[in-house]
Amino acid sequence: MLPFLKTNAWAQSASTVVVLIGNTINSLDIHRPGTNRPSYQVAVNVYDRLVTFGTKKLPDGSLSYDYDKVEPELAESWQLSSDRKAILFKIKANATFWDGTPVTAEDVKWSFDRALALGGFPKVQMGAGGFVDPSQFVVVDSKNFRIDLKQPSKLALPNLGVPVAVIINSKVAKANATEKDPWAAEYLHRTPAGSGAFKVERWDAGQQLVYVRNDKWVGGPLPAVQRVIIREVPATATRRAMVERGDAHLSFQIPNKDAQELAAAKKVKVTGSPIDNCLYVACLNYNFEPFKDQKVRQAVAYAIPYEQIFKQAAYGRGVPMWGGKSSKPATAAWPQKFPYDTDLKKAKALLAQTKYKDGFEVPLSYDLGEADWGEPAALLIQESLGKIGIKVTLDKVPGANWRTVALVEKKLPFLLENFGGWLNTADYYFYWAYIKGNLFNASNYDDPAVKKLVDETLHMDKSDKTYDAKIKQLIQKAFDDVPRIPLWQPTLESAMSPKLEGYEFWFHRQVDARSFKV
Amino acid sequence: MGQLAIIFARVLQAIPTLIGIIIVTFLLTRALPGDPAAYFAGAAATPESIAEIRANLGLDQPLPVQFLKYVQDLGTGNLGQSVSTGQPVATELLRRLPASLELTLTALLLSVAVAIPLGVLAAVRQDTWIDQLCRFVVTAGVSLPTFFTGLLLVYVFYFLLGVAPAPLGRLDLMHVTPPQITGFLVFDSLIAREWGTAWSAAKQLLLPSITLALFTLAPIARMTRASMLQALSSEYLRTARAAGLSRGRVLMVYAFRNALLPVVTTLGMVFSFTLGANVLVEKVFAWPGIGSFAIEALVVSDYAAVQGFVLSMAVLFVVLNLFIDTLYTLIDPRVQVDG
Repeated sequence: MLPFLKTNAWAQSASTVVVLIGNTINSLDIHRPGTNRPSYQVAVNVYDRLVTFGTKKLPDGSLSYDYDKVEPELAESWQLSSDRKAILFKIKANATFWDGTPVTAEDVKWSFDRALALGGFPKVQMGAGGFVDPSQFVVVDSKNFRIDLKQPSKLALPNLGVPVAVIINSKVAKANATEKDPWAAEYLHRTPAGSGAFKVERWDAGQQLVYVRNDKWVGGPLPAVQRVIIREVPATATRRAMVERGDAHLSFQIPNKDAQELAAAKKVKVTGSPIDNCLYVACLNYNFEPFKDQKVRQAVAYAIPYEQIFKQAAYGRGVPMWGGKSSKPATAAWPQKFPYDTDLKKAKALLAQTKYKDGFEVPLSYDLGEADWGEPAALLIQESLGKIGIKVTLDKVPGANWRTVALVEKKLPFLLENFGGWLNTADYYFYWAYIKGNLFNASNYDDPAVKKLVDETLHMDKSDKTYDAKIKQLIQKAFDDVPRIPLWQPTLESAMSPKLEGYEFWFHRQVDARSFKV
Repeated sequence: MGQLAIIFARVLQAIPTLIGIIIVTFLLTRALPGDPAAYFAGAAATPESIAEIRANLGLDQPLPVQFLKYVQDLGTGNLGQSVSTGQPVATELLRRLPASLELTLTALLLSVAVAIPLGVLAAVRQDTWIDQLCRFVVTAGVSLPTFFTGLLLVYVFYFLLGVAPAPLGRLDLMHVTPPQITGFLVFDSLIAREWGTAWSAAKQLLLPSITLALFTLAPIARMTRASMLQALSSEYLRTARAAGLSRGRVLMVYAFRNALLPVVTTLGMVFSFTLGANVLVEKVFAWPGIGSFAIEALVVSDYAAVQGFVLSMAVLFVVLNLFIDTLYTLIDPRVQVDG
């Protein structure tokens, strides 16, 4: 079929990998206010953290990070104090920044202080691990660094492996700081100063980013490839053509529709990794009178056409989250199937027991930035709820507006939402999505028992004897009250050349080029 | 009045327009729905972190104060910082405007080279096969959306035949951008004597400019044909023919020259709307142009970027109109450009 097929030299070379992404990288500094999500990959590839996560093989043979295995990156070892309120890190003796200077505890402290000082998302994420005050970061001596915790928490150590907890070369940064800009945000925005596996060779904002290997990297096994070219190609069709032609090794984050078709064609490898701790859900807002009634919420949960949505909105790529066998959670695994299935009879019967038996009208809102799945899902929900007498109108909200109306003001009666937590524990999800006032609780759900359980489990060690039982109770509440109706667990889909090995899924959903092999 | 004085007077006239544009875009961007501070604070932000970002962006100030600051910055040539791309707006425009201009000008050149002869021939040989061809091309050109032609060309020439380079923007992966002088990569690499780069840049330019040319061809060909027909049926042409002038002279000097005026007007209009409106072509070919920059800035309420874009387009249009008006006087000496 391809009469003049020719492969390009760079796509054949064993030392260069070409990656296509759809978004634009707008900064090389993750702490800087305004840095967007696609830029987080710079923090991953160019900087090191104290710790990282291990790798595990998923049932389909693809690779994924392993949340339960925290491994050293810049830290050689660490020790938890007996009261579990302090972690002492020993920094690798041979760890150096690109300029040859050794990585010291001062650098670590400066970097963490910076993450708090610049505010915004980095500060919030640091807070998730219990790091809220610079005095918690203690320089013991040049190679030993201690974090004091306000309370023991299982989230503290993993939170040092997230992209924002990067270690910056503080000497270089300070040399380029100004009075107006004491944290060198302007300098590091364009010029990274780290110790990571790759250095930035060039950055043409809006077009490409080129990584070149740091041969002196000690944070992990030296990358097999010398150079990684990240190209920004907005049109998904173009990205698809290029990866099919073999002109690119990897098209990162492709639409589910392409994933389904490419997987069927078998010319390129397609990997769909379930995104940990993330669910696509329909939220029912307690501010909306009919949804205050548990029976109404359950009726809606029985009227959602799950199977159809999974086929037409997810293109069959994802993990089903409906049709659980028992109305009680059998395990404390999260996420797990909810005990609802499409059953219009049951839905009608439930609705008939309420004062809304003649139905009501409700607008269903979705983010236009997520329209690829939101639109088909919303249309199918509209049609199905119509059959039990609930008249649904569709309300499309532009991306810039979404956060404010859906998450901050929480005033949408019925909406599609897609929260996912970086830290992979059930309590973390419940903390963000089921506690009154917290950002992703777009349903305004408020339940004292849930609040108490989350308070107890959020920092509790997973090995605690009562932990699993408490998580099961939380899941039970989510089953019964259904303020959030899970549609499915999404996957991160990528298409790659059969030659590319070592593609690994990470919770931060960005390209980690360190493990690539061609 | 001398030509220079006229130009100067026209520039003076443009000043109130520009002031109006500055005020209107400032107010319009503020009236956009959405809160940039909340947007840029990221998903998991707290109210405090949103407030910090708001203060950082200067959006916590009252509107008149914000406006004053904006005008002061403008006075020093500072267009502000684009939050969405993380670059100063001026840098961004300086890099993207030439990319868009290079694409648009090449496309226009291509479409003029095809559309004008086609329109003239269609008028001269009305209702023959060439007229039908012209009609077909015009209809196809306006009815095929650019992203469709773009994707079709990519599919055929890159994906199936493999003769076109990968649609990867202005340069393939083997070449490095030459130092920026004109901002037009082909010229810049020729100046830097980087023949390989120039060739690569030219090749990258081919498919997107053909896509755009197919779209811009239609109005130009139609206008040429219509105004040519009008000129051909005019009395001065009958006189010229009666006077026994050669067919070539009648057509080229008397008919064509008179028909050119509306064509140039159309050309100016086509140029201005394609420059900002070829977002879809930019997306398909990963072209780092000004259209996609503006659209993305608009979507996330990136005020400085939107303002900078509108302002630079306004200045460009003023210059363009001036240029076209001057062109009129060359084509038709009766036309006066009023000072």
